[in-house]
Amino acid sequence: MGQIHLSKVTKSFGDVEVIPPLDLQIDEGEFVVFVGPSGCGKSTLLRLIAGLEDVTGGQVMIDGQDATTMPPAKRGLAMVFQSYALYPHMSVRKNIAFPLRMAGLDKAEQDRRVAQAADVLNLTDYLDRRPGQLSGGQRQRVAIGRAIVREPAAFLFDEPLSNLDAALRVGMRLEISELHKRLATTMIYVTHDQVEAMTMADKIVVLQAGVIEQVGSPLELYRSPRNTFVAGFIGSPKMNLLGGTEAAKHDARTIGIRPEHIAISSESGDWEGVVGVSEHLGSDTFFHVNCPAFAEPLTVRASGEIDLKYGAKVFLTPDPAHLHRFDDKGLRLG
Amino acid sequence: MARAVTNRRKTINTIAAWTIGLLIFFPILWIIVLSFKSEGDAIKTPLQVLGSAWTLESYFVVQERSDYFKHFFNSVTIAVGSTLLGILIAVPAAWSMAFVPSKRTRDILMWMLSTKMLPAVGVLYPIYLLFIRLGLLDTTFGLVIVLMLINLPIIVWMLYTYFREIPGEILEAARMDGANLRAELLYVLTPMAVPGIASTILLNVILAWNEAFWTLNLTAAKAAPLTAFIASYSSPEGLFYAKLSAASVMAIAPILIMGWFSQKQLVRGLTFGAVK
Repeated sequence: MGQIHLSKVTKSFGDVEVIPPLDLQIDEGEFVVFVGPSGCGKSTLLRLIAGLEDVTGGQVMIDGQDATTMPPAKRGLAMVFQSYALYPHMSVRKNIAFPLRMAGLDKAEQDRRVAQAADVLNLTDYLDRRPGQLSGGQRQRVAIGRAIVREPAAFLFDEPLSNLDAALRVGMRLEISELHKRLATTMIYVTHDQVEAMTMADKIVVLQAGVIEQVGSPLELYRSPRNTFVAGFIGSPKMNLLGGTEAAKHDARTIGIRPEHIAISSESGDWEGVVGVSEHLGSDTFFHVNCPAFAEPLTVRASGEIDLKYGAKVFLTPDPAHLHRFDDKGLRLG
Repeated sequence: MARAVTNRRKTINTIAAWTIGLLIFFPILWIIVLSFKSEGDAIKTPLQVLGSAWTLESYFVVQERSDYFKHFFNSVTIAVGSTLLGILIAVPAAWSMAFVPSKRTRDILMWMLSTKMLPAVGVLYPIYLLFIRLGLLDTTFGLVIVLMLINLPIIVWMLYTYFREIPGEILEAARMDGANLRAELLYVLTPMAVPGIASTILLNVILAWNEAFWTLNLTAAKAAPLTAFIASYSSPEGLFYAKLSAASVMAIAPILIMGWFSQKQLVRGLTFGAVK
């Protein structure tokens, strides 16, 4: 259960094609993250899978069955919305039991499953409250509870953590990952936050303008990005993308080097530069170095021990083993 | 940051609010006072009026001459009937416009509202002729239909604004949770829209209750509601102040009491869902 296959799926709003023909295979039990900048079509893609939007062309298969024209209620998927979308007039208990009530389960079975979900999500003490009386994190848990009780073929998450504060977000991220390990159900998760994508996914789908730029495991994407877009999007801080003569030396239009693959020294190195702003994180320090050879400042990740003043003269040396080369279309070379 | 309100400012605001409130209420108060006076005392100067004896005479005379309860029940039938019929038609209309809007939805809403800008007397003749043809003159059924049509744009607009406040994601969540259209409307949308539907009903009952143009022109004796009941006591020479006042008090009392008890809902209705 939980295999989803999209073949040549397209979506247009009026004359605007937001998703050109797209193929995607999601395997059973996978945690797949759709990531991309806002407006890249990731939420639309999720809504197409959910059935909340009709596809303009192509086919959506769920567990081998053609679900292209199936209404959302029939697809056996559960969704957690960004705004939680809880029913404000129902208690937490009734919210969680709603899908079971719709499925026509008897009262005893409903109560049993609600109690079980509440136990998993630490909601037992809040079952008789209304959503309005809960904090953001608790509401999020109720939304997840409502999704898990019906034991769906797959969970769909639409930016579920973006309304939470930073600390809570990290906690909920772990909880969702934990839930995935325990339930082993397919999860499709939409986010614009590449950190969420990297930390949670088995498989990341990077989207831009409705087009899949690359599909792969977080480390595959990190180590061998297929093009400059993925190279720049995955990884924090961003990969340094450099053009000009330095790139030409490597027979490429653009070369990419991650901040941690540049050595910084005050004595000698390949590129000379001046230290700009530095960001101290404690364990690491990010130096933004202005090199006359490049238009943009380079980001360098160094140990937190190293202390360099603003305006200090430094030398940078890229690690040749971790140099990424891209052609004039931005595609990876070699 | 909230503005600091000093005590002095509060006092001035309170006095101003009471003054304006009393000014608006004064005509109604004066009608109530006059209704408890004899016909002779009612035309004296205000001070003399207040000093004269109180009596229920006008109420007895009015009830004796014209059957209050017959008019009252006609009013109830017309106001409640036209409102409920309007709601029945407006709910699906507002629903589709709020949740499945098309390119023309905005235009349709404006067009509906524009019908309210037409002077009613402009269509009196055609409607009167239609009523004669259809045998609807002086029937409560005819008035229910006309008042429903007159108020329908307002009912649709009000419901539309209320429905628009309900986030679409909640309906989508219901769909994901396995609800079919019936369950979605019954268990999710209607309970959430109840306050909006209630204030729409209240406001439109009041509008229909107070409607005087059509109720006076399309009724004679049988279907006459309270507006006709009041009108029958007005005379060009202004001779029967006390009786006219008593009739007015009897006509507005039910709606005034209803409005008093439903103030909260009404304020929400009047602000047209603009304030969340």
